[in-house]
Amino acid sequence: MSSAMYERMRTNPKFQELVATRGRFAWTLSIVVLVLFYGFVLAVAYAPSTLGQPVSDGAMLTIGVAVEAFLFILFWVLSAVYVRRANGEFDALTQEVIKQAQKENK
Amino acid sequence: MRRLTDVVAAVGLFALCALAYAGPPVEGAMEQQATNWHAIIMFCIFVALSMGITYWASSRTKSTADFYTAGGGITGFQNGMAIAGDYMSAATLLGLTALVYGKGFDGYLYMLAFFAGWPIILFMMAERLRNLGRFTFADITSFRLDQGKVRTMAAISSLVVVCFYLIAQMVGAGQLIKLLFGLDYSIAVIGVGVLMMVYVTFGGMVATTWVQIIKAGLLLSGGTLAMLLAFSHFDFSFHTLLEKATAVHALGPKLMTPGGLLSDPINAISLGLGLMFGTAGLPHILMRFFTVSNAKEARKSVLYASGFVAYFFNVIFIMGLCAILVVGQNPDFFEEGKIGGKLIGGGNMVAMHLAKAVGGDLLLGFMAAVAFATILAVVSGLALAGASAISHDLYSRVIMKGKATEAAEIRVSRIATITLGVVAIILGILFEKQNVAFMVGLAFGVAAAGNFPVLILSMYWKGLTTRGALMGGYGGLISAVAFVVFSKSVWVDVLANKAALFPYSQPALFAMPIAFLLAYIFSKSDASVRGRSEIAAFDDQYVRAQTGFGAATATSH
Repeated sequence: MSSAMYERMRTNPKFQELVATRGRFAWTLSIVVLVLFYGFVLAVAYAPSTLGQPVSDGAMLTIGVAVEAFLFILFWVLSAVYVRRANGEFDALTQEVIKQAQKENK
Repeated sequence: MRRLTDVVAAVGLFALCALAYAGPPVEGAMEQQATNWHAIIMFCIFVALSMGITYWASSRTKSTADFYTAGGGITGFQNGMAIAGDYMSAATLLGLTALVYGKGFDGYLYMLAFFAGWPIILFMMAERLRNLGRFTFADITSFRLDQGKVRTMAAISSLVVVCFYLIAQMVGAGQLIKLLFGLDYSIAVIGVGVLMMVYVTFGGMVATTWVQIIKAGLLLSGGTLAMLLAFSHFDFSFHTLLEKATAVHALGPKLMTPGGLLSDPINAISLGLGLMFGTAGLPHILMRFFTVSNAKEARKSVLYASGFVAYFFNVIFIMGLCAILVVGQNPDFFEEGKIGGKLIGGGNMVAMHLAKAVGGDLLLGFMAAVAFATILAVVSGLALAGASAISHDLYSRVIMKGKATEAAEIRVSRIATITLGVVAIILGILFEKQNVAFMVGLAFGVAAAGNFPVLILSMYWKGLTTRGALMGGYGGLISAVAFVVFSKSVWVDVLANKAALFPYSQPALFAMPIAFLLAYIFSKSDASVRGRSEIAAFDDQYVRAQTGFGAATATSH
C-alpha cells in the first residue's frame, strides 16, 4: 500500500517542486556556512596578524573577534531563517502532497 | 518495579551523601581540595530531584519506544535544551574557560569550530533523520540495506564512540570531583557510574532527557550569573575588559590575535571537519532526533540547541577573559601565593576560581554541583545510546531478527546499561593516571569517519549498497583509530615511541575521504542482484525522507 502511495507522491509535480526548492535552499545555506567557516579557518592559518588588527584606531576589539562574533550570530540567524521557511511554506506543501496522494488512494 | 526503583533511589541518594561525608577533609594529595559543603548539599538536592524524576519516569517507561525515545513526545524546546545539555559537557565549561584564560583568541576560535556543525546538521540532516529513524541511527543506515550486516557495523562503531567518550568522561569526572568535592577518585567514579545506571535502567530516555534539561538550565543560569558578576567588575565594558586583560596577560597585545593553536592549515581544517561532522555522527546526539514527534519539532530542537550552545560559548569567552584579571591577578588562587605560578588545583580550575572570586563559596558550590550534574547527565546519555546499540540493533534486529518481544528487548537494554556502567567504572579507575585527552579526539574521529559518511550517503546517495556501506563504515572506523594511534598523542605520549608515524593530530581530513571513497568504489562495483534491489528501494525511502509519510509517530500514554 505505502509503495503505491510513495509512487503517487513522487509523480506529483508539487513534490518535485518541494524537493527542488527546499533542496536548493538547504544547499545554499550550507554552502554559505561552510565557505565562511573554512574561509575563516584558513584566514586564521594564513593571515593571523590581519585578524589581530583593531577594528578601528584606538579600539581594543580586533577584526578576528568581531568577525567570529558576527559568524556566531549569522549562523544562528540562517538557522532561524531555514526553520521558519521549512516549518511554514515547505511543510504546508508537504501536507498538500500527502493529502492529494491519500485522496487518489480512495 | 516501582517499589524497587524507590528503594534503589533512596539507597543511591543516601550512599552518595554518606560517601560525601566520609570524604577526607583537608589531608591527602595536594590536588585534593577541602570538602566543599555548599557543593555537596547542592549536589545532593540535584540528586534527590533527579531520583524523583527517575521514579516518575519509571512509571511511564513501559514500551521500547518509551525506553529509547521517551515515546517520541518531547517538544522541540525541551529537546533543544537536552541536546544542548548533551553537547556541553563539564569539559566544555572548565576546559574552554581555561583555554580562553590561557590563550585568548584561540579559545574563542575553538568554540566556533564546536558550534559550526549545528547549522549543517539542521540544513542537511535533521529532517531526514527524524523521518527515517525510529530508535537508533542504524535504523537509517540499514533502512534499505542488509539489516544484519549494516546494523552490526553501525552498532560496533557506535559502541567504539560511546566507550571512548565514556572513559574520557569518567576519568574527567573522577579528577574533577576529587578537586571540587574533596572526594576520593575511585569513590567519585563509582558514584557517577552507579547514579548513571539508576537513571538509565529505571527511567530510560524520559529520565535521561529531564536530567539533561535540568542540568542545561542550571549550567546556563550558573554560567550567566558568574559572567555577569565578573563582568560587572569592568562596568560591562568589553573595551575596558580587553584593555586591562591585554595589559597583564603573558601574551600581551597578541591576546586577541590567532596564536599557535590552529596555525597549521591542515590540522586546522582537519579539526574543523572532525568537530563539525563528528557532532553529526555522535550516537547519543543522533538518538535525540527520535524523541520528538515530527520533523518540525526536530528542526526546532536544533535551532534551540544551537542558540543555547552559541550563547553559552560567548558567556564562556567573557568568563575566561574576566578570569585573566579576577583570578590571574589574585595570589589567593596560586600555589604559595605566587601570581603567574601554578593555579591551585590545576589549569582546569579557572572557571571555579572565578565563581569563588565573584560569588563566594555559595556560587562556587553551585558551579561545582552543576559540573558534577553535567558529567552525570552526559554519561547517562552516552550509556543509553550504547545500550540501545546493543539491545535494539544487535539483540533485537540482528540476533533475534526482529522477533524479540518488547519486554525482552527492554530487559536486554537494562542489562546492557548495567554492563556498560560496570565497564565504565573499571576502565575509569584503570585509566586514572593516563592522559585521556586523545580519547575525546578518537570518539569524534570515529564518529566523523565511521558513522557520518555511511549515514549521509544512505540518505543522499541512491547508489549506496550493502557492500559499499560495509567497506566505507569499517574503513572509516579502522582508519580513524589507526591515525589516532599513530599520531603523537598516542604513539609518542602513551606508547613512548620516539616519533609519530602520522604527523597530524586530527584524523578527520584523512579518514573521512577514505570512508567515502571505499563506500563509492565498492557500491559502484557491486553488480549483485541484492545491490540492484537496494538501489531500487531508494526511491520510496527518498519520498519518506522528504515528506515524513510513514515515519514513526509519537506513542500515546
